[in-house]
Amino acid sequence: MNNISIYIYILVMALVTYLIRALPLTLIRKKITNRFLRSFLHYVPYATLSAMTIPAIFYSTSSKISAFLGFGAALILAYKNKSLLTVALVASAVVFITELFI
Amino acid sequence: MNKLSIYKKGTKDGLPICFGYLAVSFAFGIQASSAGLSALQAVIMSLTNVTSAGQFASLSIIAAGASLLELAITQLILNLRYLLMSCALSQKLSYKTSTLSRLLVAHGVTDEIFGVSVSVKGELSPFYNYGLMTVSIFGWCFGTLLGVISGDLLPFSVTSALGIAIYGMFIAIVVPDSKKDKHILFAALLAIALSCILKYAPVLSGISSGFQIIIATIIAATCAAIFFPLEDEKDE
Repeated sequence: MNNISIYIYILVMALVTYLIRALPLTLIRKKITNRFLRSFLHYVPYATLSAMTIPAIFYSTSSKISAFLGFGAALILAYKNKSLLTVALVASAVVFITELFI
Repeated sequence: MNKLSIYKKGTKDGLPICFGYLAVSFAFGIQASSAGLSALQAVIMSLTNVTSAGQFASLSIIAAGASLLELAITQLILNLRYLLMSCALSQKLSYKTSTLSRLLVAHGVTDEIFGVSVSVKGELSPFYNYGLMTVSIFGWCFGTLLGVISGDLLPFSVTSALGIAIYGMFIAIVVPDSKKDKHILFAALLAIALSCILKYAPVLSGISSGFQIIIATIIAATCAAIFFPLEDEKDE
């Protein structure tokens, strides 16, 4: 594989990915008034983030046990309205400590 | 708040993203190196793409010397979820936001940056996204570089622990709003059920993970929008 063709690969994938992101943001400028569409877009973030988290979180560390405990810790802290950074770091710390013992 | 303090708020809220990205892009750097990419090439890919699944998938395509069309289609499928996210973000920005700002914000539409910026109450300032993008894209590129030049710089236990950081952040976004609003809880639980079915059911589990997320999102958000539509023209 020569260097120039690697850069062409990188360019093509960057272009495709950027167009996906840029088209809706630049083309949809007005507030959508359609009630169904507004409701749909309102629920999209929660649905996406939830679908991305479960079950993927249980495969995100080197053991299911540590991932499960980290998940539990994150759930409790999030329920208590802790900040993003706190929840993320405590979940990581729980995983780290758990994996010291298994 | 002025633009500078909004930007600073973004850099602070972007820190958990940065940590999570360091771990993931570190793993990417190691793999990119074994696929034959130089440190410069891997970092340029991270800087211009900023997409985890897409970048990981591209490595085997590049290593195999497959066609550009195959690469383009793979990226389209894996990253199509950004289309939905950009649609949702377009509704958070003020209609006065310039095209240039929109083009800049677009580069940073990732799962994590989207998740954090869309959860801002009220209208979204592009400067908040610039702040998020500065620290998280830095983390993404820096982790890539570290992974390429030294696969064993971080002990494995640390990268494993950081792997959960991004999901912890997602939980911190979804749970508080689900607590306040039963309809959001419904959308979230339905999406979880669907993503588990797609992941484990025979046949369905053959669908790429990017598509699984799109399917779960569209079905869950559609059901929630049908059963629990928003009030007419009332800002949430």
